[in-house]
Amino acid sequence: MSTQPDGLIAVVKQDCPTCTLIEPVLKQIGQTDCSLTVYTQDNPEFPTGVATVIDDTSLEQSYKFNIETVPTLLRFENGKETERAIGWHRGDWESVSGLSDLGTDLPESRPGCGSKSVEPGIVEKLAVQFGDSKLAARRVEVGSLEDEMEACFKRGWTDGLPVVPPTEERVLRMLEGTTRSPDEHVGIVPPNYNDCTVEKIAINAVMAGCKPEYLPVVLAAVEAVLSEEFGMHGLLATTYFAGPMVIVNGPITREIGMNARVNALGQGNRANATIGRTLQLIIRNIGGRVPGGVDRAMLGNPGKYTFCFAEREDDSPWESLAVERGFSPDTSTVSLFAASGVTPISDTASRDPDDLCRSFAACLKAVSHPKSANQPSPVLVVSPEHSRRFGDAGWSKAQFRETLNRYLQIPVEELISGTGGIVEGISESRAKNQKTMPKFRANTLHIVRAGGDAGLFSAIISSWGGSQSVTKEIKP
Amino acid sequence: MSETRILLDPTSEQKPAQRERVTRPNSLEGLTIGLLDISKNRGNVFLDRVESHLTDRGLKVNRYIKPTFTRPAPVELQQQIATECDVVVEGLAD
Repeated sequence: MSTQPDGLIAVVKQDCPTCTLIEPVLKQIGQTDCSLTVYTQDNPEFPTGVATVIDDTSLEQSYKFNIETVPTLLRFENGKETERAIGWHRGDWESVSGLSDLGTDLPESRPGCGSKSVEPGIVEKLAVQFGDSKLAARRVEVGSLEDEMEACFKRGWTDGLPVVPPTEERVLRMLEGTTRSPDEHVGIVPPNYNDCTVEKIAINAVMAGCKPEYLPVVLAAVEAVLSEEFGMHGLLATTYFAGPMVIVNGPITREIGMNARVNALGQGNRANATIGRTLQLIIRNIGGRVPGGVDRAMLGNPGKYTFCFAEREDDSPWESLAVERGFSPDTSTVSLFAASGVTPISDTASRDPDDLCRSFAACLKAVSHPKSANQPSPVLVVSPEHSRRFGDAGWSKAQFRETLNRYLQIPVEELISGTGGIVEGISESRAKNQKTMPKFRANTLHIVRAGGDAGLFSAIISSWGGSQSVTKEIKP
Repeated sequence: MSETRILLDPTSEQKPAQRERVTRPNSLEGLTIGLLDISKNRGNVFLDRVESHLTDRGLKVNRYIKPTFTRPAPVELQQQIATECDVVVEGLAD
């Protein structure tokens, strides 16, 4: 505030009992030769007995002075703030004003009330109105007769569902969800290889319907998707079904209320739905990927709207996916997969863990085609009821995986082209000198636990060969 | 929501902020051309002439009429034209 004249400034509101309590003190200061200006946030008639009372119902000065509590008394010297007293404390007020015996009949001190300029939802509004915007994105004006939702559709910004119009106020509020600077570069988004900043991610997060506290998850997911190993360019362009899927582990899943239980892979949870959706909007809007353009998916899958869930960790007999990948259970992570859709496994009869492994393997062998081998590893989502079979029998996750892998070795004669009257299959020359082939390459099934309490089902989420799963830590 | 008239661009800003026109076809060969009479006086005369030029070149033409030029075309008519035609010519002036 370099243009501020020297003297004292008090910011008050009549609605605050401490402000009304100190009304005589303001009057007392006003009667001295101190230059006192009072800014009042609610009633411009308040306080009485002071010469200079300025209506600050717009809250412009309260915002610019960064007032959090009323009353606040500030001293300006040479155009700069030198001291401030917050609430009422006689000693502080005497120090700031340079006067003595202020409000001698009042209590020694009394805390103030919240400034109207920091009420919920107000700060961002004032920042847009009176602040120097820190946001760099191009401003797009919506015509006065144009509906904002329709404007987003018409500009090609949506995935086919309505988006929340990304106003500056909403984007500023979204950015409160991270400690990272809006202009921080996060990566380069294919297929057009455009620069992606925290601000652009926040804009798309607003559109997808995220709350600010989801933003760190989105940022980590974007970093994972843009990593070399994940291979997003190939994934978005392929004729195959796949799209990015996010599995979230760690305490943040509870903090932001993600769903790992009933209908975990389905609709209905805001965090699950909007985090996955943001990722797809970023690839569309920042990367420039559109279906029928670079996206050549023959059918695609519904998960390309959004596909994100949390692992059910708290009552699991096994370590989580993130722990298997070297993270502590107290660390929050995202793990990205190229996911092609959900296939159910229904086994209501097996009681013995080994039987259940055979059953899982039989279903897993059908991924992409029963006669294909060396496929990319799918995600196996084991339900609580199925995982209990293993837990009760004392099976570790490693033992479960090892057993499954054993049953996923397929005799080559079953795979050869022509066997069973099916041309699809491997050539005889490829099968030479091998007795069996693994269904999945590198024997690395990705195993997570999710789902509701009841249901003897599990799920296969098949993958796509051009992508490797990537896990990243979620940071604030 | 009168205060939310300015939106922040979610894209990489490689394209103009205005809505883009649909790309014009390089040739009318093999396309169906809709001629829309908006019911303005003598619009039909203009479109008759356009039609004869196009059909002389062996092109396929469909004719449509809007009930009145004072209002937007009914949704059914918009959808009919969109499903039946590749390009549209409207006769606007009288």
